[in-house]
Amino acid sequence: MFNFSSDQNIKDFEMLLIIRKAELLLADKASKKQFNTPIHLGIGQEAIAVGISKNLQKSDFIFGNHRSHAHYLALGGSLFKLFAEILGKSDGCSGGKGGSMHITSPENGFIGSMPIVAGTIPIALGGALTCKISNNSSISVSYFGDGAAEEGVFHEALNLAAIMELPILFVCENNLFSSHLHISERQPNHEISRFAIANKIRYLAMDGNNLNEVEKESKKLISEIRQTRKPGFIEAFTYRLFGHVGFEVDEMIGYNRKKDLEIWSERDPVKNFSNYLVSQNDSPVEMIFEIEKKVSLYVESEWQRATEADYPSVTDLDKNVYYEAKI
Amino acid sequence: MKYVEAIRQAIDDSLSKQEKLVVLGQGVWSPFYVGSSMDGLESKYGRQRVIDTPVSENGVTGLALGAAITGTPALVIHPRMDFMILAMDSIVNAASKWRYSLNYKSPIPLTIRTIINRGGEQGAQHSQALQSWFSHIPGLRVVMPSSPSDAYQLLIQSLESPDPVIFIEDRWSYDEEEEFEIKTAYPPLSEEKPKLITKGNDLTIVSTGFSTNLCQKALIDLKEEKITVDLIDLRVLQPLHTEIILESIKKTGKLLVVDAAWKNSGISAEIISNVCESGFAYLKKSPIRITLPSSPAPTSTILEQVYYTNIEEIKESIFNLTENSKR
Repeated sequence: MFNFSSDQNIKDFEMLLIIRKAELLLADKASKKQFNTPIHLGIGQEAIAVGISKNLQKSDFIFGNHRSHAHYLALGGSLFKLFAEILGKSDGCSGGKGGSMHITSPENGFIGSMPIVAGTIPIALGGALTCKISNNSSISVSYFGDGAAEEGVFHEALNLAAIMELPILFVCENNLFSSHLHISERQPNHEISRFAIANKIRYLAMDGNNLNEVEKESKKLISEIRQTRKPGFIEAFTYRLFGHVGFEVDEMIGYNRKKDLEIWSERDPVKNFSNYLVSQNDSPVEMIFEIEKKVSLYVESEWQRATEADYPSVTDLDKNVYYEAKI
Repeated sequence: MKYVEAIRQAIDDSLSKQEKLVVLGQGVWSPFYVGSSMDGLESKYGRQRVIDTPVSENGVTGLALGAAITGTPALVIHPRMDFMILAMDSIVNAASKWRYSLNYKSPIPLTIRTIINRGGEQGAQHSQALQSWFSHIPGLRVVMPSSPSDAYQLLIQSLESPDPVIFIEDRWSYDEEEEFEIKTAYPPLSEEKPKLITKGNDLTIVSTGFSTNLCQKALIDLKEEKITVDLIDLRVLQPLHTEIILESIKKTGKLLVVDAAWKNSGISAEIISNVCESGFAYLKKSPIRITLPSSPAPTSTILEQVYYTNIEEIKESIFNLTENSKR
């Protein structure tokens, strides 16, 4: 377990850094072929999950997608279990049978992720139905990207959420890319929140690379959903600094990417927040270095532990296909 | 009790017994979509628990899965199997794999009820019998009742199952009648297997759903013929249990499979394969399959009469296999 600072700002920075350094480590290990499972890195998008998770509770139901390391970690999912999962170990969060694209941490509210684009959006609606029936203040959260708006079920889900009055937060991480295609090559309009308007769902658009903004803005909408028991929609604009899948930056892929990468690197959410901390005066640059060092050590030691964990027994192959009563 | 009344009764009794169970689907408030199988349930249990939905097959099925994995048992109804094809992502990618890929250990109380609506000049997209597709998928349980008592019992068991169930009804079975006793408890669905309906020595017939009704009628017609038959109603297509079929083949050495669906890669082929793999030495004759012709369903009644399996066709195959000269 990581020993987080009691200072809220520093704790947030530590969380951003854990996610960033964990994914950078994965990129490095993938480049050295230390595992094969496809990894979809969210480097550059960390502030969205960290900001939103600060307003979520353990009793909420959160659903991810193929690019969900940050969603999982920001909610408190174990880094060791994530690494072990990616390495195909039985200690992995999904027993080594899911890999990077099927991760779960139900004790922290992260019900699960699956890689079919938009596939978990309707499942999150079901979580919201449970919340509605339970008559408490819990909500469901569905994370997806701009590409999901090109799937039919996304539109089914927005309509269903509105007409059934379900307490769900839709979070569109608009990183301007679906795989290799820039949004301008796929949609006539860059704003996914236009579909929230069409379905009479309250929405907020925000700078997804600014942790403070994400936290503050999402707080308003989330507390509204908790009270009104009706859906809400966040569109957080961001940029994927790595390629769609794997360890490469994919500089030459997609419309205008090389130039955009320069612009968006300046808006890096981790750099952003570290600058903010320094500007607050109470966090000198030396302290930032200390935190970075502490996080690096933690991430590397969790990786080391995961590499030492056991692989599943081959007799587990056909286990857990159907329900197995607990003995 | 009629078959359709048994379905209604099972849903009524389950809603009464399982306080959290919800029923969702297109047309559950309407008398047109699901016959009389939902009559009165909306007013008895309220629109919070019996929920008529927009068409959105994939969205609603995903929603039902999400409800099931967050603590709300769900029955989702697709009034026509053809339309359920739009829910394949939620069924095949999500529901069947949620347990395995995410190391999920809790029950997934999800039942997907669907109706094969053949005949009536409804044509190719209001008639398909796709039981073989679903039976291909590990993680699903596929159930096809042929009698009112089975319709009741298997639906109760499906709604108590900890695994996703595809519950397939045939509209042509709806008027089947049978007196039977309703029990207060049934064994788990996982213990259900194919069932011997009639006992005999000359031939083994294995059939599914409505085809079993046809076979029963054919055997009544043949009462004077001194042919005795083991008629086995398959009931549970996935996971498939073939022990009773193999036992019967040891005795009769002859096999007829009747499945009112297409032949190629169908469940009828699966039955014959199993018998060839495990009981080849007992076979005295080549097995015969009676299935639909390899074409979509037509509308014209003249063509429908040729398209759908009839009792005469079954009788002829029984004669062929038992070499009875009285034709």
